[in-house]
Amino acid sequence: MRLLVNIWRWQTLAALVMASALAVPAQASQPTPWQIGFQPAASTAMERIADFHELLLWIITVIVIFVLILLGIVIVRFNARSNPTPTRTTHNTLLEIAWSVIPVVILVVIAIPSFKLLYYMDRTDEAELTLKAIGHQWYWSYEYPDHDGLTFDSLMIEDDELQEGDPRLLATDTRVVLPVDTNIRLLITADDVLHAWAVPAFGVKMDAVPGQLNETWVRVNKEGVYYGQCSELCGVNHGFMPIAVEVVSKEAFAAWVEQAKQEFASEPGSTGTVLERLVVALDAGAE
Amino acid sequence: MSDTGHAAHADSHAHALPTGWRRYLYSTNHKDIGTMYIVFAITFGLVGGLMSIIMRAELMEPGAQVLGGDNQLFNVLISAHGLIMVFFLIMPAFIGGFGNWFVPLMIGAPDMAFPRLNNISFWVLIPSALLMAGSLFAGDGPGVGWTVYAPLSTSGQPGVAVDMVILALHLAGVSSVLGAINFITTIFNMRAPGMTLHKMPLFVWAILVTTFLLLLSLPVLAGAITMLLTDRNFGTVFFDAAGGGDPVLYQHLFWFFGHPEVYILILPAFGVISQIIPTFSKKPVFGYLGMVYAMVAIGVIGFVVWAHHMYTVGMDVDTRAYFIAATMVIAVPTGIKIFSWIATMWGGSIEFKTPMLWSVGLIFLFTVGGVTGVVLSNAGVDIPFHDTYYVVGHFHYVLSLGAVFGIFAAFYYWIGKMSGRQYNETLGKLHFWGTFIGVNLTFFPMHFLGMAGMPRRVPDYPDAYAGWNMVASIGSYISAAATLLFVYILFDTVFRGKKCADNPWGEGATTLEWTVASPAPFHTHEIMPRIK
Repeated sequence: MRLLVNIWRWQTLAALVMASALAVPAQASQPTPWQIGFQPAASTAMERIADFHELLLWIITVIVIFVLILLGIVIVRFNARSNPTPTRTTHNTLLEIAWSVIPVVILVVIAIPSFKLLYYMDRTDEAELTLKAIGHQWYWSYEYPDHDGLTFDSLMIEDDELQEGDPRLLATDTRVVLPVDTNIRLLITADDVLHAWAVPAFGVKMDAVPGQLNETWVRVNKEGVYYGQCSELCGVNHGFMPIAVEVVSKEAFAAWVEQAKQEFASEPGSTGTVLERLVVALDAGAE
Repeated sequence: MSDTGHAAHADSHAHALPTGWRRYLYSTNHKDIGTMYIVFAITFGLVGGLMSIIMRAELMEPGAQVLGGDNQLFNVLISAHGLIMVFFLIMPAFIGGFGNWFVPLMIGAPDMAFPRLNNISFWVLIPSALLMAGSLFAGDGPGVGWTVYAPLSTSGQPGVAVDMVILALHLAGVSSVLGAINFITTIFNMRAPGMTLHKMPLFVWAILVTTFLLLLSLPVLAGAITMLLTDRNFGTVFFDAAGGGDPVLYQHLFWFFGHPEVYILILPAFGVISQIIPTFSKKPVFGYLGMVYAMVAIGVIGFVVWAHHMYTVGMDVDTRAYFIAATMVIAVPTGIKIFSWIATMWGGSIEFKTPMLWSVGLIFLFTVGGVTGVVLSNAGVDIPFHDTYYVVGHFHYVLSLGAVFGIFAAFYYWIGKMSGRQYNETLGKLHFWGTFIGVNLTFFPMHFLGMAGMPRRVPDYPDAYAGWNMVASIGSYISAAATLLFVYILFDTVFRGKKCADNPWGEGATTLEWTVASPAPFHTHEIMPRIK
């Protein structure tokens, strides 16, 4: 009940932000039933990952079908009834060279785009914004060092408190809000055990290691709401500390920052930590 | 060739053959020890399999089902399932079981170089298994994954359960290292005259390479888990950032062992099917030297690729680039083996009996698992796949559909020699097809779940993942039914099977174990065979 009050306040804020954004169709990136491919890409990095994966999928499908065909031929042509007299062939130098060299060629064909992708994903260009994500048992907290240390926690919404349209186990009470078409530096760490911050639609995944600050980057090119889940075993609620990112226009983001600073600064300690929000909610309830 | 199996067992012994419990507790006989290992492996395989059925029952639908929302119990199950299948099924079955039984027989040796060491290798697994099983009931149990990563396993799981797991792993490691010393010494020194290394059966080569991997990788695991033990109990800070330590160090140490470990799990299976395929094709293996050096290459390169398990920890980009390249290299010798097996069958006159079915199944399904491994080896595309069900699908294809198919292949190939009674061919084929359908239904959809973003090691999932999870769970029940059929087949064969000839497989079976009686006598090769 107490948490409900805060969620409602947050969602009102978010709704205001979204309403004030341009009427661009927003996509919600979460898994769909019976899905057999990646979630739609929302960043160039993920688009490139998906393209490279398509190349790989073609190559491995051809290889598997090739092996299957060879086995099929063997089963049909060389079973004891079809071929009563076995040969004694144990060597064929040309064949042995071919099946050593051709795989090498295939691997080189794979390696070239692979390295290109790796180095592209690693580069941290001129970042325009920094987001810090900290993994805890069992929730994420976020900091915006560029915006007076705006900080808040993000907890999964429990099943019995879900609202219409909230995806179970993915929806959180607060969302990370980010501007579209902006180079964002992501700093990931943890304060207890290993966690990992991941958003499939962005092609981002990075371990949250206590005592270590891991850096990666993202540039989201479509507005919308994107979900991810913790991706490193971290204890009993490892499956229950999701990530929800709302990507909005740069104007909407600027407006949200101002509102959020108020939202979380109006509470004691000027941060949105769990304890402090609980105190506020209890206060509100007592009135 | 040797005929010791047929000569009346001349009592050149100064003592009678051991009987009763002393025969097994004080054993110095490679066949008895091998049998004990196989019984141990089957027992724990069933335990580990039961755990996986419970997990699939929980994951069949979104929300909490059979575990009632006890997430720690779920984490304990996944950890125990992995540890049991790796350390108490696959390794004991292949190396302790079939390795002990058939390496001496195949090289013409009367027993292993160190028969009493062989015995301790087996018996130390009993306290190891007791500690592992006990850990499940100690406190909250070890909910840390088979990888036991710090800091979850140091500061994140208080209580004795993880300590018991660590001690269990130490004992299992001792068992394997002593066994490795035994096999290496035996294979290098006790081959019959005329059996040069390049005339050894491929199964023996497989065991030789495997035991070198064990010898060199297990001490690193022992070091890593000892550091966990001292971090947990004696105030060290190896993996504690607050003390100046590094959690990522544990991962490097673990995977330096962990990657060779997966080759330890599959190389014996390669060895087994390298015996079965020429037998049933009635022609010699194609490209023997290529096969030997492919295994050696896989073993050697397997030591320098470990960090492909760690692409998201925050490693330097050039380091990741190196590991991509080194990992992809292993595909070349593996491909050589796949094509050599097919070339062995090509031109053959193939009887598709049960051992051959398992072997052909392994070739195809290991190829599927292997190519998803090539996908994962690329660090860029690994980012969406890491720690998702795509990885779970990949390694179950190469393990459950690679190594386990190899264990069943070996069982059906050699049970007649070991027990003197042959299995029922119709039941064997039924077991194969039931398993084949079940495991493919279980693990193929996991690739879809991974692509869609479902993380590993979770007891519940967003509703969209429900469809494929249901398919996977149904597949697991089919596999379970097939496994129960296997238990029936085991007892039916051992107690009611038709008497088995010395060589039930015909002209294609050319290795020395087929020259002795079925069941193989207590002592064999008492007179060395001479190999032309």
